[in-house]
Amino acid sequence: MKDLLEKMQNGDIKSLAKLITYLENHPEDRFVEDLPSKGAKVIGFTGSPGAGKSTLVNAVISQLRRENHTVGVIAIDPTSPFTGGSFLGDRIRMKTHFLDDGVFIRSMGSGTSLGGLNESVFDVIKLMDAFGFDYILIETVGAGQSEVDIVYVSDIVVLILSPGMGDDIQFLKSGIMEIGDIYVINKSDLDGADFYKMRLESMLSLSNVKKPIVKTIATSGVGVEELIFNIKKLLSKFHNNGEIRKRKERRLKKHAESILIKRIQKSLEKISEFDKLSNVISKVINDICKNN
Amino acid sequence: MKNKIRVLIAKPGLDGHDRGAKVVAKALRDAGMEVIYTGLRQTPEQIVKTAIQEDVDLIGLSILSGAHMNICPKLLELMKENDIENIPVFVGGIIPPDDAEELKRMGIKEVFGPGTPLSTIVEKIRQLFSEVES
Repeated sequence: MKDLLEKMQNGDIKSLAKLITYLENHPEDRFVEDLPSKGAKVIGFTGSPGAGKSTLVNAVISQLRRENHTVGVIAIDPTSPFTGGSFLGDRIRMKTHFLDDGVFIRSMGSGTSLGGLNESVFDVIKLMDAFGFDYILIETVGAGQSEVDIVYVSDIVVLILSPGMGDDIQFLKSGIMEIGDIYVINKSDLDGADFYKMRLESMLSLSNVKKPIVKTIATSGVGVEELIFNIKKLLSKFHNNGEIRKRKERRLKKHAESILIKRIQKSLEKISEFDKLSNVISKVINDICKNN
Repeated sequence: MKNKIRVLIAKPGLDGHDRGAKVVAKALRDAGMEVIYTGLRQTPEQIVKTAIQEDVDLIGLSILSGAHMNICPKLLELMKENDIENIPVFVGGIIPPDDAEELKRMGIKEVFGPGTPLSTIVEKIRQLFSEVES
């Protein structure tokens, strides 16, 4: 273990990969806490299935590599709630980077969590940060309306939409439409892209914060430079106005919450007698205190 | 202690018939495994890099182009160079029996020909996994 950590910090990819596996299997181990941060920028990408998340991430990697940044990617696909299995197919869109030593791609099942992320993602980000990637890109599962956990792990969230995904009413709904710091209209060579953008603009103008909308065609890279320009601009703004710090605190809080929920579930499983609700609750609290 | 078997399913060579690879990938998924699917036209170099980054427990190759006697030795050699030769490799596709024997001598752990029941594949993979784990 110590050996792996040392090698990882010296840039060994295989050790990094093994440590990620270890974290996925031992979520209670807290060794990552002591790793120094190297200041990676964490960008989350979310959107519906088929909106073009993986392809856009692929195009973003290409552009970041042209600018000589190193990139770590965490690509999450759903874990079956029925069999526990998963088909991890995001990587297939990123083939052009398989042989590039400046790019590390890791696929993950979403696990049992409902927020569109795998719980170990918090720790894997820390690990990748300690490894020293300049950028960490996280791609969520194809999100519906309420998988918003990406907001708790990223410095910036890019929400990917594509033309024909609904009207103004969809833009007004709570949940995923609220979490974008940057909105991307991908597949913008499709019919209706301009009209879609206009409607999105008009709905976003109802709130006080002005958010950038970028039109992209991920398959050919159109608009990606503009997207990265906007990401960088926003990052520096968030650094200056303290937003990044606030988000890091929010991340810590959410991480603590996810660990605590796991512990509560464990304690609940140990209980065999279910009489009164208040008794069950105090038993759980006692159990947690005892094991701390 | 490991929770889940992670399997890389890749298709090296130049033929475009990926139905077999997809069928196997889905069967392994339904058997509760995590399948990393990288699809068509993978070079041995790409397969090795992916296996390292994804820290997979097994590698499955689907080959229908007839190039198995070129691809497999090259892959095994690269795995050795990268110090991951302990990851079991299995192959599926159109492989003549004599070649299958030869591949196994080289170090390919299993060859699944046409008509192999999916349950046999799943069982064998579980067995290969437990051999490596222990």
